[in-house]
Amino acid sequence: MLRQISASVLSWAYLALVYAFIFLPVAVLVLFSFQDGRLPVPPFNGFSLQWYEAVFADRKLMAALGNSMVVALVSSVISVLLGFLAAYALARYKLPGSALQRGLLIAPMTVSYLIIALGLLSLMNALHVPLSLMTVGIGHVVINLPLCFAIIYASMGDHHINIERAARDLGANDFKVMALVTAPMLMPSILAAFFLSVTFSWDEFIIAFLLSRFDVTLPVEIWSMLRSGLNPKTNAIGSLVFLASVAVLLILELSLFGRTKKQ
Amino acid sequence: MADAGTLSTATALEDADRRKAWGFVAPALLWTIAFFVVPFAFMAAMSLWKREGRDLVRVWNFDNYARFFSENALFQGLVNSLEITVIVTVISVLLAYPLAWIIAERVPKRLQRMALILAILPFWTSYVVRSYSWLLVLSKNGVINQLFLNIGLISEPLELASTRTATVIGFVHFFVMLLTLTIYSNLIQLSPNYRRAAADLGANAFQTFWHVVLPLTLPGIMTGAFLTFVLCIGDYVTPQILGGNNELVLPQIIMLQLGRRADFPMAAALSIVLMLAVTVAYLACARWLKIERA
Amino acid sequence: MTACVSIENVSKIFGAFTALDNVSLDIRAGEFIVLLGPSGCGKTTLLSILGGFQSPSSGRVSIAGKDMTYVAPAKRPTTTMFQDYALFPHMRLVDNVGFGLRMRGLARAARDEKALGFLDLVGLKASAHKRPHELSGGQRQRVALARALAVDPDVLLLDEPLGALDLKLRRQMQDELKAIQKRVGTTFVHVTHDQEEAMAIADRIVVMNQGRIEDFGPPSEIYMRPRSLFSAGFMGEVNFVSGRVAAADASSAHVETPLGSLALPAKNFTASAPKAGDRITLTIRPEHFRADDKAEGPTVVLGEARVAGSAFFGTHYRCHLQPSAPDTRALVAHLPQSASVREGEIVPLAVRAADVVALPATGGHA
Repeated sequence: MLRQISASVLSWAYLALVYAFIFLPVAVLVLFSFQDGRLPVPPFNGFSLQWYEAVFADRKLMAALGNSMVVALVSSVISVLLGFLAAYALARYKLPGSALQRGLLIAPMTVSYLIIALGLLSLMNALHVPLSLMTVGIGHVVINLPLCFAIIYASMGDHHINIERAARDLGANDFKVMALVTAPMLMPSILAAFFLSVTFSWDEFIIAFLLSRFDVTLPVEIWSMLRSGLNPKTNAIGSLVFLASVAVLLILELSLFGRTKKQ
Repeated sequence: MADAGTLSTATALEDADRRKAWGFVAPALLWTIAFFVVPFAFMAAMSLWKREGRDLVRVWNFDNYARFFSENALFQGLVNSLEITVIVTVISVLLAYPLAWIIAERVPKRLQRMALILAILPFWTSYVVRSYSWLLVLSKNGVINQLFLNIGLISEPLELASTRTATVIGFVHFFVMLLTLTIYSNLIQLSPNYRRAAADLGANAFQTFWHVVLPLTLPGIMTGAFLTFVLCIGDYVTPQILGGNNELVLPQIIMLQLGRRADFPMAAALSIVLMLAVTVAYLACARWLKIERA
Repeated sequence: MTACVSIENVSKIFGAFTALDNVSLDIRAGEFIVLLGPSGCGKTTLLSILGGFQSPSSGRVSIAGKDMTYVAPAKRPTTTMFQDYALFPHMRLVDNVGFGLRMRGLARAARDEKALGFLDLVGLKASAHKRPHELSGGQRQRVALARALAVDPDVLLLDEPLGALDLKLRRQMQDELKAIQKRVGTTFVHVTHDQEEAMAIADRIVVMNQGRIEDFGPPSEIYMRPRSLFSAGFMGEVNFVSGRVAAADASSAHVETPLGSLALPAKNFTASAPKAGDRITLTIRPEHFRADDKAEGPTVVLGEARVAGSAFFGTHYRCHLQPSAPDTRALVAHLPQSASVREGEIVPLAVRAADVVALPATGGHA
């Protein structure tokens, strides 16, 4: 009895400690984004929104925010589209060398982003392609396409085959089968792939850093802010991104995944 | 059987289907080839060139690799990378497994999802900001030093930032979250009947864990550990922000080649070395890695 | 709409495995055909070839006289009703049933109206706005039927459509299926491994085994006058008695068996005309044994047997009879409710000669 209680106390204490470790930096980040003073470290001088005002007044930061959204959305749409088409072809048709094709499509997942970025950078340089948001987007599709392909391919179960056959039997061509039957049936995993892609692209640094020049994404802009050392403005933009992401996450959790659970 | 079937019964119908299927898979394949395979091959080729002064010597040679092994500053990068990665992987698994286990076993079922979401919530801080926020905690006038100074534990601020320890803490913070997620999903997939059977046959809680639960979750642990290894050894941001310029890791050295020295061939060669390290790690734990396919 | 179907010398080979071996079959327009056989007999492969989901390795398929061998499923005047129903999970019933019409370019109002008509046909008009997961198994099955019929196919292909239903519901759906087929007049080709289902619904049954057609005809003929030992055995319980043709002429044959000898009409040799010296196997259905020889029509008595066991089955007594003749196997007989059989009793083995079918002997049957 005593051993059970002590084991239970130990568990909860461990849980509390690790949670404290996990939340410590985030809590500090958010708390000192409201710092009334120039240093985001103790002591806390008082509550102020001045750094948030500074963030919204920063043209470059806001432009980077917009760039990040565009790159994340466009590259994710491309990744999901290409991934879906490839998954459909490889799951539903017998193609020669399909194992090799799957391997090739998955391969970029096993290579560090730094190496992917470096490879693309050297090729773009050799071909004299100017660096831009487009080259960043190309890189982000390279890292997100394997993910989207893998998620959608894994969800194309054999139990869907007859449903697609039925559609074809009733006169639907391939595009109609995909648009009206396959994609709606796989919508949960397609959306999961899409949002995961958006998250990865939104948060990606090294590819965006090496493959952009004048227009940069948010992580790259924040990176350059770090040169000024500890700065409550960095706390403010970091907190904003965090809180916005958590809000999106909660909305998704409540609407999308709540609905699929019911079905 | 089915494959042989299509070979012997290749008909007009199936040929048309196959042409269509190629059309669907082609965009993804072409994208991967054009923007992944070709750049990678180009980079591999470039690692065999050499930078001399301001010029690129386009003659096949292994000078970059020879320099890597002979110049201590370069080789030490790989050693630092490997040491940090192994330390991070081990500590992260050791911290995350009990956490995942407590969430799966001790937390009431209806609260588990909430507990898990909480455990990985800081994931959604921006990647660059996550390392920066550790700087707030660890720097000379940061939270920890101020706290310890105030309660009189220390009289001089500790040098916590810009150390290997800071890099390890930053990494562990990230990977504990990742590993908790993967190990938890492994633990709850385990049928409770295994544990019941072990208990029924007389095993105590520890024996059940050691002989039944741990072996059954090992593939999940190894998959998570491998992921940790790959992401950790290839990361530039965390060591650059938290480790500073002491004890450079391989990605930092690669970025140095790109920056001031503009030595692309050397950066390419070091990237190949980095990839080989990952490949070796993969081969080492390949037998535990189950890439599931539905 | 309806059409005839002609299958000529169709074979389908998967590597070393022959799924269909030179199958030919003519189906009349408006017929309800059942392909019956054990799993792996080739019936589903044949259905897939009719539907266009597979193409034959050799041979020809034509529907309404037009060659369809390599025509894609959508371009054929056939629709398939799948075993798992394959309803579109994300669409309402009315959209499921209207899908084929949508593909044919029908405007929303027109196709909804037609879809509702077909839902009405299967008794589900009131549920038109539900989704498939809200329905029971039997209801889904009806929606699948309505969806397949909504595009007015000439031929409807049904792949074990009742397999997932429990027994009681299955019997009920058989009757409905038959009634709907009568109403719409479409040619139905229906695959099953359940011989009772086959007899309940088919105009003609095709018995298949190991990629070949064993027997083809109306249910009564397949049951009463099977043309192969496999067909006889698959359609219901049967006793096999080996024998030899001692003498034969155009109208009858004299057969010797371990149980005794008997004269059979030549037309009871369903597979081939009798010749003296042929080794044959007689097939006798359990219910064709008479409790006594006072039953309707003349009977032949094949010696006597001892009742080794009996059980009351409601409609009949099922008895194991051990013939008195040496070296003979026990026989199964269904005796009427009125027969008072006791274990150990000696009864005559009386059958009507007209009920006994003689088939060429193959190894394995005693």
